[in-house]
Amino acid sequence: MVEFLLPKNSKIKRGVDHKAAAGVKHIKRFQIYRFDPDTGENPRLDSFEVDLDTCGPMVLDALVKIKDEIDSTLTFRRSCREGVCGSCAFNIDGTNTLACTKPITSISGTVKVYPLPHMPVIKDLVPDLSVPYAQYASIEPWLKSDTPAPTAERLQSIEERRELDGMWECILCFCCQTSCPSYWWNGDRYLGPAILLQAYRWMADTRDEASGERLDDVDDPFRLYRCHTIMNCTNTCPKHLNPGKAIAEIKHLLLKRK
Amino acid sequence: MNNPNRSRALRSKLGRVRGLGSTHEGVHHWWAQRMSAVALLPLSLWFIYSLITLTGADYAVFHSWLSEFGNSVFLVLFIVAMFHHAQLGMQVVIEDYVHGEVWKMGLLLCIKYGAVLFGASGVFAVLKISLAG
Repeated sequence: MVEFLLPKNSKIKRGVDHKAAAGVKHIKRFQIYRFDPDTGENPRLDSFEVDLDTCGPMVLDALVKIKDEIDSTLTFRRSCREGVCGSCAFNIDGTNTLACTKPITSISGTVKVYPLPHMPVIKDLVPDLSVPYAQYASIEPWLKSDTPAPTAERLQSIEERRELDGMWECILCFCCQTSCPSYWWNGDRYLGPAILLQAYRWMADTRDEASGERLDDVDDPFRLYRCHTIMNCTNTCPKHLNPGKAIAEIKHLLLKRK
Repeated sequence: MNNPNRSRALRSKLGRVRGLGSTHEGVHHWWAQRMSAVALLPLSLWFIYSLITLTGADYAVFHSWLSEFGNSVFLVLFIVAMFHHAQLGMQVVIEDYVHGEVWKMGLLLCIKYGAVLFGASGVFAVLKISLAG
C-alpha cells in the first residue's frame, strides 16, 4: 500500500533552539528540518532566531546568514539567488517554492523550511533528485529532426515561437513535481508535472519532427494518466507556469491522433 | 533468470525509469471514462427524476412503469453506463494506492467481475419485466 505515515526512522524530533543575542529588535524565528545521515539519528527540527535588521529580504538570505553565523553544518543547495537556477527549492511555510524569491515578510509567524516533499533526503534540505533527472533524460529533451540541418537557423514564425512561451521558462526546480500527490504515490512510474511539461515543450516545438514518437512514449496509464488534475503543480510553481495545462495539451494530442 | 522481483539496486536510474516501456494504450481508458461520464449526466438526471416521481408507488405501479419501452431502455443504458464508469474509476483508485501486485490484481478482479455481475443482473432483471410485458 501507499505509505501515508512516516516510517519510524523518519519521525521528526525536536532539535536545538538557537536564541538571538540580547538586544536584537526584529527577531524572526526559523524552524528548519535537519537530517544527518552519518549519525544514524532521526531527523530533527532546529529553530533559529534571526536578526532581520542585519539580514537580506529573502528566505535564502536568512538560510545563508544562519549557515554563516549560527550553524555552519546547515546543508542546502543554492546558486544564482535570483530565481533562474532552480537550486534552492524547498518546502517553505507549507508550499514548495524557491527560497531566493520568497520574501521573509510574506510569511507570518515562524518560517518553517523542509526539503521538497516525498523525496529521499541526502542531508538537511538536500533531496535526492536522481529519479526526476533520469525521468527528464528519458523524454529525450532535445530537438529531433530527420530533415538535413540547414546552413542557417531552423526557422520559426513568431506565432510558432509563441507556442513555447510558458514552457521555456521552466527551470526544473521540481517544486511542481514534488507537490503532486500522484507523483508521491507512483513517482517510480508517473513522469510527473515537470517532466510532462518538458515533454510537451518538444511536442509543441514546430522545429521538432518526433511528436508522434514522443506521444507513443507517454501514452501509458502510469507515465501520463496518473495525472488526475489535482493542480498542485500549477498552484506551487514559483515561475507561475502551468504544468497542468501542458499535461491537458498532451492528452488532447493523444485524443486527436486516435 | 527472468524473475521480475530480483534486486535492482545496481540498475541505473534511467534503466529503472524506462522500465518495461510504454503500454501505448492509456488514452482509451481515459476517453472511456469521459464518455461514460457524459452519458451519465442525462441518464442520472432521468433516473433521479424517475425515483422522485415513483416515490410511494406500489409494486404494480412500478411494474407497469418499468414495462414501458422508453423506461426499460433508459434504465438498461443507465445500469450499463454506471457500472462501466464505476469500474473504470475504481481501477484508477486501486492503481494509485495499492502497490502489492497480489492485492492489486485481487482487487481489480473483484471490481471488474463485480461490475459485470451486478450490471448483468440489473440488465437481466429489467429485461425480464420488460419482455414479460
